[in-house]
Amino acid sequence: MSYRACIGFFDETHRLLEAVRDCREKGVPILDVVSPFPVHGLDEAMGIRPSRLPWVTLIGGAVGLTLGLCFEYWSTAVSFPIDVGGKPWDSFPAFVPVAFELTVLFAGLSTAFALFLRCKLWPGRPAVKGMELTTDDCHALILEQRDARFLDEELAELLRSHGAREVRQEPGGVR
Amino acid sequence: MSDSILETPLITGNRTPGDVTRDVCIPLEGRPGRSWYVGFLIAFSVLAVGGAAVIYQVATGIGTWGLNRTVGWGFDITNFVFWVGIGHAGTLISAVLLLFRQKWRTSINRSAEAMTIFAVMCAGLFPLIHMGRPWLAYWVFPYPNLRGPLWVNFRSALLWDVFAIGTYFTISLTFWYIGMIPDLATVRDRAKGLRKRIFSILSLGWRGTARAWSRYETACVLLAALATPLVVSVHSVVSADFATAVIPGWHATLFPPYFVIGAVFSGFAMVLTLMIVARKTMHFENYITMKHIHAMCKVMVFTGSIVALAYTTEAFTAWYSGSEYEQFVFLNRMFGPMAWSYWVMVSCNVIAPQLLWFKKIRNSLGAIFVLSLVVNVGMWFERFVIITSSLERDFLPSSWSGYFPTLIEFGSLIFGFGLFFTLFLLFCRALPMIAMFEVKSILPERKSAQSAAQRGEAA
Repeated sequence: MSYRACIGFFDETHRLLEAVRDCREKGVPILDVVSPFPVHGLDEAMGIRPSRLPWVTLIGGAVGLTLGLCFEYWSTAVSFPIDVGGKPWDSFPAFVPVAFELTVLFAGLSTAFALFLRCKLWPGRPAVKGMELTTDDCHALILEQRDARFLDEELAELLRSHGAREVRQEPGGVR
Repeated sequence: MSDSILETPLITGNRTPGDVTRDVCIPLEGRPGRSWYVGFLIAFSVLAVGGAAVIYQVATGIGTWGLNRTVGWGFDITNFVFWVGIGHAGTLISAVLLLFRQKWRTSINRSAEAMTIFAVMCAGLFPLIHMGRPWLAYWVFPYPNLRGPLWVNFRSALLWDVFAIGTYFTISLTFWYIGMIPDLATVRDRAKGLRKRIFSILSLGWRGTARAWSRYETACVLLAALATPLVVSVHSVVSADFATAVIPGWHATLFPPYFVIGAVFSGFAMVLTLMIVARKTMHFENYITMKHIHAMCKVMVFTGSIVALAYTTEAFTAWYSGSEYEQFVFLNRMFGPMAWSYWVMVSCNVIAPQLLWFKKIRNSLGAIFVLSLVVNVGMWFERFVIITSSLERDFLPSSWSGYFPTLIEFGSLIFGFGLFFTLFLLFCRALPMIAMFEVKSILPERKSAQSAAQRGEAA
């Protein structure tokens, strides 16, 4: 989909939040907000649902735990049982530490990979040109201009009224 | 809250987010100063000398060490436990303090986590060289083989160690790297040429969109929640190497909490050592303030007191157990041939940190620096005492023998320190040492608005 974007750059987070809330009220489509650090209250202001990553962690952990316990039982009691100090083959209390470590390992790594996948992070993914300041000290509110109801100048004025220090029109969008 | 006029702010000097980026990136973008070169030269020479000793030992065999029929673990395992312990403070600062929403962690969490990773690398090397035939180290992993297949013994605490240390290293590295991605993107956006290409790859194309931040923060909390029980498990498992044995002096249920708290104690001492030097040489006084140093001192005096309680409990239990072997080991520890090492441990870990109760001491960087070194010496001796004094006089008096480390063992001791400081010094120049985005998020907004206005007027 081709669209045009109107980007407002903000110095202060409370100004940014006001602008986001105002745009949502007026029905201006917000493409995204880009920030150098997490802005608290932005999720609610933009209506972003809580991430579902905890489910990935839970499933990853459960897989690690199950694999760990099953493998320990199978290798110690089934595949090659060895008598260690007369202990029972299925000495589950002794299996706890390794099973726990594998739970954490699987849960942690699956969370990390899920994050990379959902945020589309991979080595070699290009950075956006012209947005360098958003990793330094300013926040960018990117509005989408596909709706005929909102004229270019109106959007720019809206952003400026909320204290945007710079407003930029991107005819080709930002991605 | 740092906004209050009654309390000193966490970050001093009225820094704006833009200032934070510049201040933290200076060491990465400029040429290192003379102090860095001197430090690096010393660390690298120590690593080279220690490395030569380790190579000689691997090529010749562990007969080059002073171990004997009675004392089978000496400097090697002492160093292993010491370095694992050092790592614990990093995870505590980056994970536990994140869960408790302690804002002061933001200035030191990156370097503390780096310290964890380098310390765990050092720790992992010692069991490896202790094996004598490190090229067969893969035998510790359960892999299909032609000997049965003969699997590893999952009932052994030594194998639990393999999984505990392996997981700890992997998860710490993941947590550290993920925590660095937004800052790597900041460096990328400031850099040019080859540096830009390297940091583009490292930052994985991070853009900082609202949805990405939302997921990112969730992932960080999840990883912190995983790292917290993990860090407790790691030193508990290390302590199980001793506690599951039937040697008097080792066979104690006290060991897991005793080891974990000792680890945090020594780790905080190492963080203090590094931070006091780093803030001075890299001009981070506005970020690592006296408030941060005071907070760490308080953690140290608290954990140090728990360590003192553990020593007392251990001695009391030996007496109260009524077991004459247990009692003998403790008397031998305190008054036997190696008694000096026990008293070094008590003076360094129990008596010295009590000085931190005094505000005058807590305000003197020199005193804190010396104390942090003293505590690390003491904590190294704690592991040494636990290991050798429990082994040197076993059940059979005819096989009693003292332990005298050889020069090669001293070489392996300095090898650990050389590796650790070399890696840390490289880290200081190559990666942002302070978590920029986290510091920016705790800056008081009003001040940044004021200075932005001032900048506007000036322009």
